[in-house]
Amino acid sequence: MKPSRTIEVEGHIFDSFILQKILDTILESKAEYLIEEIKLGKEKTSTSYARLLVSANNESTLKDVLDRVKKHGACEKSDESVLLGASPKDRTLPDGFYSTTNMITEILLDGDWIPVEDTAMDCAIVVDKANRRSWCRKLSQIKQGDSVVMGHHGIRTQSIQKQQAKQEFSFMDSDVSSEKPKTLVIEKIAKRIAEIKRNGEGKVLFVLGPAVVHTKSQQAFTQMIEMGCVDYLFAGNALATHDIEAALFGTSLGVSQKDGSVVEGGHSHHLRAINKIHQFGGIEQAVAHGELTTGIMHSCVKNGVDFVLAGSIRDDGPLPDVITDTIAAQCEMRKRIKDTKMAVMVSTMLHSIAVGNLLPEYVETICVDINPAVVTKLADRGTSQAIGLVTDTECFIKELAQSLQRELKDDQNIDVSTGLL
Amino acid sequence: MTKILMCPPDYFSIDYAINPWMKEGNGCDLQITKEQWNSLVKTIQSVGGEPVVMDAQPKLPDLVFTANAALVYKKVAVISRFRYEERRPEEHFYADWFRNNGFIVSLLPEEISFEGAGDALFSGDTLFSGYLPRTDISSHSYISNMLNIRVISLELVDPRFYHLDTCFCPLTDGYLLYFPQAFDEYANQAIETFFPEEKRIPVLEEEACKFSCNAVNIGTHVIFNKTTDRLKNELRRKGFQPHEVNLSEFIKSGGSSKCLTLKLD
Repeated sequence: MKPSRTIEVEGHIFDSFILQKILDTILESKAEYLIEEIKLGKEKTSTSYARLLVSANNESTLKDVLDRVKKHGACEKSDESVLLGASPKDRTLPDGFYSTTNMITEILLDGDWIPVEDTAMDCAIVVDKANRRSWCRKLSQIKQGDSVVMGHHGIRTQSIQKQQAKQEFSFMDSDVSSEKPKTLVIEKIAKRIAEIKRNGEGKVLFVLGPAVVHTKSQQAFTQMIEMGCVDYLFAGNALATHDIEAALFGTSLGVSQKDGSVVEGGHSHHLRAINKIHQFGGIEQAVAHGELTTGIMHSCVKNGVDFVLAGSIRDDGPLPDVITDTIAAQCEMRKRIKDTKMAVMVSTMLHSIAVGNLLPEYVETICVDINPAVVTKLADRGTSQAIGLVTDTECFIKELAQSLQRELKDDQNIDVSTGLL
Repeated sequence: MTKILMCPPDYFSIDYAINPWMKEGNGCDLQITKEQWNSLVKTIQSVGGEPVVMDAQPKLPDLVFTANAALVYKKVAVISRFRYEERRPEEHFYADWFRNNGFIVSLLPEEISFEGAGDALFSGDTLFSGYLPRTDISSHSYISNMLNIRVISLELVDPRFYHLDTCFCPLTDGYLLYFPQAFDEYANQAIETFFPEEKRIPVLEEEACKFSCNAVNIGTHVIFNKTTDRLKNELRRKGFQPHEVNLSEFIKSGGSSKCLTLKLD
């Protein structure tokens, strides 16, 4: 069989007679070609593309012809080393930069595939050629002169983890449906969280919306914290504010947590709660001074759960712990995502999508909402690994806390019986 | 007024040889060089051009050849990536100048050589770009996609005409001044397709060696180094007004009027 290679050429290859020149060069070099694909530019300004299979009687003739056509822009497919461009100024990428997905990505640099660190979607890839490292970087992190990956050559992505994650929850598919056996699903999630903790696979992140407080699920969530099942908490001003409001005034958005009645003057409780925290300088200080004694935020402080509260335009206050600079908030979240293995997002469309944008595809992602559209939206915006569960917040949190309790109790039993405790 | 970027020859010399015209130690008389450059400035001004002058830099003798700063299209400046190490330090001075003067600075991938308007010239909406000696053909599809323009690739085959602007000069109204022997047959075929015979003004080898194609065209005015009466008459017949400026000191370095200028609009 004759040795052969596939070559590609792009440009105004017809107007410039370049393709003709390449074909003639191949024939003059005693080699042959087979045109595998031709794409003609539709507009006067659009480029055309051709892919050819070049074969010759021996390797040396083939090498010679490939060298000859290379100078006219026809390159071997396997030669597609990554192209680098320099950022013209801070926060500005060179035109034609490669925009990342959330999949594990590698780039071909001088013959070697090197991993791209800090996987995240909608980023550019910044390369340190000397140290042979590369990272996903948001536009806001780009500095003038950064070496940035251009085009699509020399880049490969892997989507293996997605398959694995799907297997874990193989009884659920990506379709979002309320017709699912919720208890079984929640048990499975609890099993997986326990497994992650047991095996030291990584951190478990919860992203919570204020509905967790409005539905009075704080206690169940604090149990999960106390069981060591929550490593990171991402939320907005609202979750923390209403949690503190509930702790200080017994209401959530002015509604009594005892009997569900609207408390007179309750509408201002959340502002008073924010004000109180400001008096102490922050949530941690309020806990230290014994002002804040219950609730999710109290439990986070007491149990060392690392939380990031990100602000938004509609925030009242906000609490002093809320990061109002969105870029700074993104940075803080990204730092914690590096070792996150599982993300459970509950009842918060905006934070789910925001955090989803930062998550690598290999982070097992569960999105829980009463509204099926939230999960669909999350998947549509690129977090395709998200597994959806359509259910009520209170039911989910309480059921998950109970399942985790059972799981961890089982662990203890096993450990005791094997003498490993 | 056509704005034209120029750089005074304050540090002009021949310190290295990167084209057949350059001979190390081939001394340039700085006084004569400056006079020739000033004379070019005056000629450009006399025909309605407006020279915009950037600062010269010590140890960068070729910064004077601003045609190689960038390809300018609308308000975008695609900065050159020089083939030879000797000229690479010029890149950031050019980039800074464009950045500080309201242009969107665009950079090509690091591995791709591209020498700006030295190798990329518009005729109407189509960009003609030379390749092989100084510019890689791979830059052409990048530029095409980046600026959404048609880019015609022309292979340069004579080492004396190492940049497209040494042998190819699109003129007003679709005319072309060029030296056919500097191109391979495919490039000539492309040129003949885009420029009908009555619009093509081929030059003789003698004229090409006087850098007659390295001309500044402003309206119907064509400014170049001393050339032949034949070519001047030919241009007049086509409705152009030739202007000669003695640029002998710059030719020792392989450049003439076009190399010393870069149209900014």
